[in-house]
Amino acid sequence: MASEGSHGAPTSSEFIEHHLTNLQVCKTDAGWVWNECSGNFWAINVDTMVFSLVLGVFFAGIFSYIVKNASKSKPGKMQAFIEIIFDLVNTSVSDTMHGTSRLIAPMALTIVVWVFFMNLMDLIPVDLLPRIFADIFHVPYLKVVPSTDPNITFGLSLSVFALILYYSFREKGVSGFVVGELMMNPLNPKDLGVPKVFWPLVCTFNFILEFVAMLAKPLSLSLRLFGNMYAGELMFILIALLFGSLLSGTIAGVAMGLTGGLLHFVWAVFHILVVSLQAYIFMMLTIVYLSQAKEAH
Amino acid sequence: MDLNATLIGQMFAFGLFAWFCMKFVWPPLLEMIEERQAQIADGLAAADKGSRALEEAEAEKAVILDEARGQAREIIDQANTRGSSIVDEARTEAGSEKDRILASAQAEVEQEANRAREELRGQVGAIAISGAEKILQREIDTNAHKDLLDKLAAEI
Repeated sequence: MASEGSHGAPTSSEFIEHHLTNLQVCKTDAGWVWNECSGNFWAINVDTMVFSLVLGVFFAGIFSYIVKNASKSKPGKMQAFIEIIFDLVNTSVSDTMHGTSRLIAPMALTIVVWVFFMNLMDLIPVDLLPRIFADIFHVPYLKVVPSTDPNITFGLSLSVFALILYYSFREKGVSGFVVGELMMNPLNPKDLGVPKVFWPLVCTFNFILEFVAMLAKPLSLSLRLFGNMYAGELMFILIALLFGSLLSGTIAGVAMGLTGGLLHFVWAVFHILVVSLQAYIFMMLTIVYLSQAKEAH
Repeated sequence: MDLNATLIGQMFAFGLFAWFCMKFVWPPLLEMIEERQAQIADGLAAADKGSRALEEAEAEKAVILDEARGQAREIIDQANTRGSSIVDEARTEAGSEKDRILASAQAEVEQEANRAREELRGQVGAIAISGAEKILQREIDTNAHKDLLDKLAAEI
């Protein structure tokens, strides 16, 4: 809204575009510049990065504080709530995985809570934080929902992917993973009785299939979250457009504004489901992928 | 949708928070919950043991109560027989006492009556003699008529 220079009321497309633009910083030959970074890989989306970090610190702070002050015999309400989340993650992990891992369960907990917090930013009215930051700190752009930034979702899913590869190679060995898992599936030439001459053909076919399936894991993981949250955010922005006419004075404008309010309410209620569901799905798929990586087929 | 260094920053942040959670959140929470589970299990076991002990005590109580009841009944029976025997004894004793007292009283009465009879007899003898003296107007030789007088006295 308060894009630098123009103080007039923005058009609808300007409004939408403004809300979908990150606050970026990057280093160019002329020093650090803001928001002129298209095409520069070393740009940082300051808004989503900061919100992501703040929410992560919030998660870590709350959980470590509660855990430090936890009482074994007299759990408080907050502690009980955290224990419920803990139990959800713990049962998900132990139901899905055979054996134990010191890393996977805490990581799953981090994912579900952090992603939930990041998604939850979606329920804050779209103009509230950008307006506050624009008016007080003169921040021209502000995207408050970190999970609407593909960098954030890919950051998570690529980390998970790295762990998938790590566990696959560690548990199955290089040949066990590359040959046994990627080349001998889903068509096993040995079981099918294919003559040795054609094995490379079958194996190549398998490899292409399995490799794509493997790459699809981090891609689908992050795009699912990103797509859901981006679409949700976009809906909120579009609904917010209706509010603009509330103060226009005309009956039609007021009616449109009120409709916007109703729509916002309905969409927000629906979004509570989406927010928690997407966090849960991300966690659950992470656990499933990692348990697959740890186990031979 | 342009990917940039935020991606790398997010990966580092993720690693950091996951490490933090793995180090400072998960283990103590797990430990605490497991301890509490053990505590609850122990508590339930103790409660189970307690209720079993209570059951045993209840059974023991019933046995002891039965025993006590039997003993009490025995004691009451004994007391009853003892009481009735005491009453019987007292009754026989009282009966014999009564007989004794009655006998001695009778003996005394008889004795008294005999004594009175003797006295009366003597007095009657004297009265008879004085009467006879008056009739005869003379001295009766007591010695001469002692036989006669004694016979008379015995007849009265």
